[in-house]
Amino acid sequence: MQLVLEKRAERSGTIALVSPLIAIGLTIVTMVILFAILGKNPLLALHAYFIAPLTDSYSLQEIAVKATPLVMIAIGLSLCYLANAWNIGAEGQFLIGAVAGSWIAVKTQGTDAGAWVLPAMLVLAAAAGALYALIPAICKVKFGASEILTSLMLVYVADLFLDYLVRGPWRDPHGFNFPTTAEFDPVATVPLLIEGGRLHLGSIIALLVVAAAAILLGRTIKGFEIRVVGAAPRAARFGGFNANQLIILTFAVSGALAGLAGIIEVAGPVGHLQPGISPGYGFTAIIVAFLGRLNPLGILIAGLFLALTFIGGEQAQIAMKIPLDVTKVFQGILLFYVLACDSLILYRFKLVFPNRQVASGTH
Amino acid sequence: MRKSLLALASGLLLAGSVSAASAADKLKVGFIYLGPIGDLGWTYQHDVGRQALVKELGDKIETTYLENVPEGPDAERAIEQLVRAGNKLIFTTSFGYMDPTLKVAKKYPNVHFEHATGYKRDKNMSTYSAKWYQGRYIQGLIAAKMSKSGVLGYIGSFPIPEVVSGINATILAAQTINPNIKVKIIWANTWFDPGKEADAAKALIDQGADVIMQHTDSPAAMQIASERGKLAFGQDSEMIKFGPKTQLTSILDTWGPYYIERVKAELAGTWKSEDTWGGLDSHMFAMAPYTNMPDDVKKMAEDAQAAITAGKLHPFKCPVIGQDGKEVECKGGANLADGQILGMNFYVKGIDDKLPGK
Repeated sequence: MQLVLEKRAERSGTIALVSPLIAIGLTIVTMVILFAILGKNPLLALHAYFIAPLTDSYSLQEIAVKATPLVMIAIGLSLCYLANAWNIGAEGQFLIGAVAGSWIAVKTQGTDAGAWVLPAMLVLAAAAGALYALIPAICKVKFGASEILTSLMLVYVADLFLDYLVRGPWRDPHGFNFPTTAEFDPVATVPLLIEGGRLHLGSIIALLVVAAAAILLGRTIKGFEIRVVGAAPRAARFGGFNANQLIILTFAVSGALAGLAGIIEVAGPVGHLQPGISPGYGFTAIIVAFLGRLNPLGILIAGLFLALTFIGGEQAQIAMKIPLDVTKVFQGILLFYVLACDSLILYRFKLVFPNRQVASGTH
Repeated sequence: MRKSLLALASGLLLAGSVSAASAADKLKVGFIYLGPIGDLGWTYQHDVGRQALVKELGDKIETTYLENVPEGPDAERAIEQLVRAGNKLIFTTSFGYMDPTLKVAKKYPNVHFEHATGYKRDKNMSTYSAKWYQGRYIQGLIAAKMSKSGVLGYIGSFPIPEVVSGINATILAAQTINPNIKVKIIWANTWFDPGKEADAAKALIDQGADVIMQHTDSPAAMQIASERGKLAFGQDSEMIKFGPKTQLTSILDTWGPYYIERVKAELAGTWKSEDTWGGLDSHMFAMAPYTNMPDDVKKMAEDAQAAITAGKLHPFKCPVIGQDGKEVECKGGANLADGQILGMNFYVKGIDDKLPGK
């Protein structure tokens, strides 16, 4: 007797929609058990994770700040993934965008340059991110190289390039040899939206990106092409859609958005270029994209939700002395349940009795 | 059912806020940690300091820490979270928290901040660090005595002044024993990466080094040296259990006394912004027992330690000759000035290598 996964002939649309909610519900149940085992009051812990961060404007701002790069990158990735193009290297495109934009900031430092600096930084960062993403896309289209591998490996190249710049040519001359550029001038900084807070213009840009993606996918021919090429490649070929062209396009858009997110992060919350500007946003965004079911609105919600777990995790550490590892376990469990629920929508378990199979095979 | 659950929840929350209220008259002291606490290394030693603080003043204070806080935009939020949770004195325990700490300090002038190993200060932001180069000097003496090949292996983390001054102090000491001592330096570009540190140790031993010194955090180099039958120094923590026949000594970070002193000042209302850079004399660090060496070497090390503690021996006694053969300007009278050591950006004569970025 063995247990096998069997593909379901049809799947329920309702279940597909509530599946993330089931996953979150199961996660919460599991966490309650975990908190109880740790000897922490589960209700207080859940309150610290999910409710407390939503009750004051400071935490809400922080959630938006944390979600901004995740959502922007994830929107770009979702376009790729819908078109069956597997960009795993958003982290690298994020870093290259940050580097390219910072170039203007570093070169204009202390020169009293005008208001053109920040817009130029954003444009250059997006362009650099797009070009960097085009490397794996072109390798895929021209030479058939696996874009998963090439895009991933380019992350390390970008990381080391940034490292070289801040340890070498761009190092702050007054920074005691520490690997960082000088603080950017005010004209090279993303403006804050609320005095005394950290919410910045980037969050508005992220919302615009979400809206643009929703329109692109829902209302335009290009969006339709992307979805058809991904969902039914043969049908797309009969329809005359060019899959290779779409790989190039979605990679470029995704790289541009990651690059833009990179410079917004550097010119916003960080304020200067340094190693470690991203705690893995490019990779976490992959989770956000799938958690949001590759749907722009879903991604926005998923990004905010994941940000909430970060902020809540910190508050739980402070308020209840719950270790950070529990937050990581929590995120892992959440992903596990999302994938498990998704699998069970598409597949079902079936018990198979090998004896009978053999018997039927001899007929 | 739902109602009773809600009632239960609000009851529990109430209970929580009551216990918070009874803790309110205690001074809240916060810590930001770079790594997970673990069993040894930089963050672990800070937590040992925090525990000493709790042991000494536990009835008057309540401590909270956030661990594994990356040195990027997240740091600013983490520090501010501690402020908002009512912490009045906050220790941020890694160099990379300098700018985030300063930003939050400007925003909350009534909260006091203490930043480890940085150089930016404010009315409500102190800095504190230790003169580890003193310990490196003692290690240099021991290394030169114990090395048979005359080649030392040095695993650097980042080419920042603290690390560069450590290398220079080591070599200046070693040259007093063996003028022809050689040092091979490998930059791991990390504070903690056991894999890289082990590879660096292997490469150094392959290049002829028989005493391994490190400015990185893990015991990997100690284990490699132990496997290969070489000698090594620990870093930050006691590492003797990773090389019982290998460790000569280790520089131990001992933050406890400083934390206790600063919290006492805060409790007494006498806290003010200061720049603390303490050495062996003020117990900012200590040397692990001198092991795996003959008695005369041990005695030499102990004598040097006593002389440094008493202020009779300074590792950067003038004249200091730079790598280019020119004498370094002596701004501190008989020794290099503290500022010259804190910003040290050159190798001394006898180091056959190039400082990265120079």
